Amino acid sequence: MSEAVSRVAHHFDDAAQQKDAATLGMWVFLVTEILFFGGLFLAYVVYRTSFPEAWVEASHELDVTLGGINTAVLILSSLTMALAVQAAQLGRRKGLIVFLALTILLGGTFLGIKAVEYHHKVVEHHVPGASFQFHGANARAVQIFFSIYFAMTGMHALHMVIGVGLLLNLMRQGLAGRFTPAWYTPVEMVGLYWHFVDIVWIFLFPLLYLVGRHG
Amino acid sequence: MTQPPAPDRHYLNVNYGVRSWLLTVDHKRIALLYLGSVTLFFMIGGIFAMLVRLELLTPEGDLMQAETYNKMFTMHGIAMVFFFLLPAIPAVLGNFLVPMMIGAKDLAFPRLNLLSWYLYMIGALFTIWAIVAGGVDTGWTFYTPYSTAWSNTNVVPVALGIFVAGFSSILTGLNFIVTIHKMRAPGLTWFRLPLFIWAHYATSIIMILGTPVLAITIVLVALERIFHFGFFDPALGGDPVLFQHFFWFYSHPAVYIMILPAMGVISELVACYSRKRIFGYSFVAFSSLAIALVGFLVWGHHMFVSGQSVYAALVFSILSFLVAIPSAVKVFNWTATLYKGRISFETPMLYVFGFIGLFTVGGLTGLFLAALGLDVHVHDTYFIVAHFHYIMVGGTIMAYLGGLHFWWPKISGRLYPEWWGRLSAGVIFVGFNLTFFPQFILGYLGMPRRYHVYPEEFQVLNVMSSAGASILGFGYLIPLVYMIWSMRYGKPAPANPWSAAGLEWTTPSPPPTENFPVTPVVTEEAYAYDLPARRLPEGTHV
Repeated sequence: MSEAVSRVAHHFDDAAQQKDAATLGMWVFLVTEILFFGGLFLAYVVYRTSFPEAWVEASHELDVTLGGINTAVLILSSLTMALAVQAAQLGRRKGLIVFLALTILLGGTFLGIKAVEYHHKVVEHHVPGASFQFHGANARAVQIFFSIYFAMTGMHALHMVIGVGLLLNLMRQGLAGRFTPAWYTPVEMVGLYWHFVDIVWIFLFPLLYLVGRHG
Repeated sequence: MTQPPAPDRHYLNVNYGVRSWLLTVDHKRIALLYLGSVTLFFMIGGIFAMLVRLELLTPEGDLMQAETYNKMFTMHGIAMVFFFLLPAIPAVLGNFLVPMMIGAKDLAFPRLNLLSWYLYMIGALFTIWAIVAGGVDTGWTFYTPYSTAWSNTNVVPVALGIFVAGFSSILTGLNFIVTIHKMRAPGLTWFRLPLFIWAHYATSIIMILGTPVLAITIVLVALERIFHFGFFDPALGGDPVLFQHFFWFYSHPAVYIMILPAMGVISELVACYSRKRIFGYSFVAFSSLAIALVGFLVWGHHMFVSGQSVYAALVFSILSFLVAIPSAVKVFNWTATLYKGRISFETPMLYVFGFIGLFTVGGLTGLFLAALGLDVHVHDTYFIVAHFHYIMVGGTIMAYLGGLHFWWPKISGRLYPEWWGRLSAGVIFVGFNLTFFPQFILGYLGMPRRYHVYPEEFQVLNVMSSAGASILGFGYLIPLVYMIWSMRYGKPAPANPWSAAGLEWTTPSPPPTENFPVTPVVTEEAYAYDLPARRLPEGTHV
């Protein structure tokens, strides 16, 4: 695996076939991810339909400012990721490293802000379970909202952590000069993954933070 | 027909040692790793089955208490479903054959393939550990709130084991889809593909669409059980029926993960031993896809008595009837293939006949269960137990054994002993029917499943069933013995002992690591048994 330029594994005919296979494989993987998060979205829909008032009430407990900042941070990170892929495609090694570093930084920022939000929820006793406290008629349904909130954002954050790990690995390979315009498949694949995780958040933000805030 | 000579170097002797197996990326070796692992789980599941049947020999609970019995049938189900039936055909035969049938050197992602075996093993070890540490008693279905709030057995370790093993299934499916799309040999168009490949393609679709939903379901159950997050437990405001929707959205299609590859095996075998092109090739191919897609829309038929709306139940009932159509198309086309064929009765073909008969019984009784009114009567009785064992054991295991015999010369380079093969196929068929046919009657008479005691008037049928189970268990032991025996003492196999069509038979037995010394070019449709080269001389017997 140490040959630098175009590395075609023994079982492929050529580089094009290998890249096609990797791309299709990544898309198929993202389909499985959609189904994975799909279960959470289904649970969300079922309980939001059952407890609409509780959903509004609980949603107002979330910090829209922090959530909004995080949305902007993630969208920006998708831009830097796309620029990193472009840099790899054009063989600009320095650009690749800079944009990967920026993406990691933005991903880290997102996770940091998320951790602050989680900390607030712990302090406010909004973590479901024995310590959960909420005053009002809908307390039980609000607890379900927070169960789903933590499951959804927790799974999303886990994907972010994995994404940051993948980006760090790309950095390492990039610094070693592994990528060339002829072979940069891993950069592109991690890019697809990163955009996917980003898109999940773009759905999560309005569904969790903006319930009943229109008009 | 000339056949390539047996090679000096092939995938089995190219290198030796534990490392060369545990770090292999050769799909054929990984298939053998899976063969060993699923056989182990088949035996574990079989032992629990024998204990269940032993307890049910008498109406009283004299061998075990209710709690122990609950663990026995739960662990039987978990071992058999998640660690034997789901991976059996795809991960063993599929892994070995998908690249060989399409003229590829390996699956698209060989290291991912090895990773999937390791994930399976990690999941398996979690499960074995949980079994040794006292087992689990929720039934293989893990219904909430019992599984999240009440059961004080090892729910989380087993669930974690299934979660991890699920990713092995996802990776296998992903690998097959990409391989079938991107790695086919020149000239091998979609409609020249063996039906085994179509079946595995359809199976892979279910694996990648269904398994992630099981994964998230397990995550939610674990969150509820460990941290008391409310999702399904009514005490926490949740809805237990939502769990059932989640669970069956995967677990009904999972039945098709078990049966579709089996159907692929049967299509190969029936064509070879009838010496005919399969009747209605494209219908058989598309019926696999139809089963995969419609199979995702029928899960509600598990919940006719769970309090879902009558309107929903009606829709699920109609859709369940619909999914019978593509299955029936296959059965009719296999039967039509036999018509005017030159049929011979080697062991694999005996399994084909077993499959067609038993699958038909299982499928037709499935229609009983899709009928709303009748299902209310037989729900949670032994009628259900008999029905799904006819599909899973009578269908999947028959095809698995048939396929294993058929491709054994290719896999091991040795012939299995034909006489013993035919004997065991017969014993298994008899034992199976004696075990499970009485259960249809028991269920119809009202014996509920999952109880360790029953009224005395049910004893005769239960004794028949237990007796059948011991015959069945014995029947399964015979191939286990002679297959292992044949690896060393069996007659060396020629490249194509059955004069079968298909790329996997054009390469030596056992194949070299790269499968094909030269990438084959395909110029004919699948199952071209009418070509002069494959026509058997008059009077010969394969």
